[in-house]
Amino acid sequence: MKKMWLITRREYLTRVRNKTFLLSTFLLPLVFMLFIFGAVLIQLKTQSHHRIAVIDANGYFKDYLRGDSTITYDFTPGIDTVNYQQKGYTAVLIIPVLSDSGKSECRLKYKKSLGLIGTESLKEHIHNAITDHMIFEKTALSRPKLDSIRSRSDFTQVESYEDNGPTAKASSSTSSYVVGYASGILIYLLTFIYGAAVMRGVMEEKTSRIAEVVVSSVRPFELMMGKITGIGAVGVTQFLLWVILLGGVGFVAQIVLSHDMWQHVEQARQAGPMGGPAIRTTPAGFDLSNALGNINLVLLIFCFLFYFIGGYLFYSALFAAVGSAVNEDPQEAQSLMLPITLPVVFSFIIMSVAVQDPGAPLAVWASIIPFSSPIVMMARIPFGVPGTVPWWQLGLSMLLLVLGFLGTTWLAGRIYRTGILLYGKKPSWKLMWKWAFQRQ
Amino acid sequence: MNILEVNDLQKTFASQIAVDKISLQLEQGSIFGLLGPNGAGKTTLIRMITGIFYPDEGSILFKGRPFDPVKDIAQIGYMPEERGLYKKMKIGEQAIYLAQLKGLSKQDAIRGVKEWFIRFEMQSWWNKKVEDLSKGMQQKLQFVITVLHKPALIILDEPFSGLDPVNSNLIKDEIYALARQGASIIFSTHRMEQVEEICDHIILVNKGQKILDGTVSGVKQQYKENLFSIGLEATGKQGEAGTAGGERPEGAAFEAVGQKDGRWIIKIRDGYRPNDVLRQFIDQGTGITSFTEILPSLNDIFIRLVEGTPLARQFQPISI
Repeated sequence: MKKMWLITRREYLTRVRNKTFLLSTFLLPLVFMLFIFGAVLIQLKTQSHHRIAVIDANGYFKDYLRGDSTITYDFTPGIDTVNYQQKGYTAVLIIPVLSDSGKSECRLKYKKSLGLIGTESLKEHIHNAITDHMIFEKTALSRPKLDSIRSRSDFTQVESYEDNGPTAKASSSTSSYVVGYASGILIYLLTFIYGAAVMRGVMEEKTSRIAEVVVSSVRPFELMMGKITGIGAVGVTQFLLWVILLGGVGFVAQIVLSHDMWQHVEQARQAGPMGGPAIRTTPAGFDLSNALGNINLVLLIFCFLFYFIGGYLFYSALFAAVGSAVNEDPQEAQSLMLPITLPVVFSFIIMSVAVQDPGAPLAVWASIIPFSSPIVMMARIPFGVPGTVPWWQLGLSMLLLVLGFLGTTWLAGRIYRTGILLYGKKPSWKLMWKWAFQRQ
Repeated sequence: MNILEVNDLQKTFASQIAVDKISLQLEQGSIFGLLGPNGAGKTTLIRMITGIFYPDEGSILFKGRPFDPVKDIAQIGYMPEERGLYKKMKIGEQAIYLAQLKGLSKQDAIRGVKEWFIRFEMQSWWNKKVEDLSKGMQQKLQFVITVLHKPALIILDEPFSGLDPVNSNLIKDEIYALARQGASIIFSTHRMEQVEEICDHIILVNKGQKILDGTVSGVKQQYKENLFSIGLEATGKQGEAGTAGGERPEGAAFEAVGQKDGRWIIKIRDGYRPNDVLRQFIDQGTGITSFTEILPSLNDIFIRLVEGTPLARQFQPISI
């Protein structure tokens, strides 16, 4: 154990002392934020606008068809399916005479597609226009009354409470979604970044031939575990620095987004179109735990660390096994890594489903099985423990992850001790499997 | 006392027997030569002795007790043939780290590194990185790392490769000094002239098997082929033995097998002694200028055993 500690210390110190560590610790969140900010900005700035010419055979759509921020309708006569582009329209909508019986088809002719969301909006606009027309025509309702009913019946949001006793706080699916997604992505990235670091470290020791010198002093398993724990400790350090950094940013935000600013927000809300009861906001300022809704921050950070460490140990052992098997050629590593990267990528895909429906059977099982649990479980936890994620699921998932990494570490250790000293043999998983189960 | 006793050690990889029932005894303070061509199984044997591989069969006794790879490893210093160091790590730091892995405390490690660095005039390298060193300098550093923790058993695989004659001698002197201080040394190589010079005892391994075991002089005696080199005075007479380029000497006691440096190489027939040969020339009245026994060099024995080439065939054949 003492020797493993020496190895861990060396791995940790050489990495933490390196300038790239400091740089990546501070730059990565910045790049991450810039990336998200940029993506949102581009999304907003470049949202496409569609001007659609309407040829209406019924005559009443002119009064009822209302567009929105992305689609405007125009009823200028003289537009047809041939000249709409010249006149500056993106599409032409032909509405045939609609009868009460049976469905009629509207036709949209375009050069540039409206896309999925645009088409849905278009359908809704037409539907609304027909409903309005029917209400107006078939009842005695006057136009102003209908508008008044519409605006009064409008509501903005559903405030949901998780059923967990008298301390229930308002929860928000949106914040759970964002936190779940962010945690999932972070674990995904960290698993790859640090897993690959372990693999590169092992390859470096093998190609520089230091491995044989070291294994004549320590057991190969100690060397492998020392490297894995050392690099893992770098990852945990980096994560904790990020938490501190985030706390700092929150603190600064609290000062910058001062009382005045929140009052502005409040006023703007109250002066909103509906004039109804204002939504409860925090007058004191920005509060992290409030922004996260009902998410238990302590549990979240604990689970994040647990699943990061567990997932990292699970996968980095496999990465170490690959690193020990390859020779100087990085190409060999590429092909051997596929069976490791596939489950990680699949977990990522399942995770994006799980944040939308955290109770789906696929999400539940994927959050229990060790191959995918670190990423998928982290996406579900923000939706509530023990509500969305019962304690037994969390417990089972954690237990299986611990057993899982003990298993992969054992397997990797056996591959490692043969691979690290073997040169010139083209590695394959079949060969590595043989190494794992041969007599040693 | 034997520091190391290896009995019937065997190791098989897949279907290939890498080490096939090899036994050896290493006396404390001696320098032991482990010889063999490439791929003979030397490295596998060493890796079992250093605890890197587990033997399939056989036993290893270290200082009279069964070898414990976890504990006894601290008393062994191993310099593999393929040298390796962390390229980006500073030299002083690296030497201390590797010594600590061998179980030295930090203070002892620092003291030891300083001592050796002064002895090898390496003090100025302390803060350099390995990648900034020449190959010869790396070799010296590797040697220091191997012996720093004062191991009782030192295993050196091709320790002189890549060293210039000056540094070779430096390392050689250190090897002698370590042996005098009681360390036992296994010296694995296929450079025979160094073995002859340095080693007390050798074994030769080929295709996983031990094919030779003994002291250097004993082995030479065992494999001598009754070859002698004889220098004769020129007489100019027909029918008598001549000098180099002259006619070949004839006799019942010997046959001439070749010529080298103006002297005849003769092989004494079974049942005869060198005196019989000399008597023949004396009786003939031929003057003898020199008479020396030709002992095979280890290189000759090595080639003969590994390739099956007899010693006599290595001399210039006679064309008459």
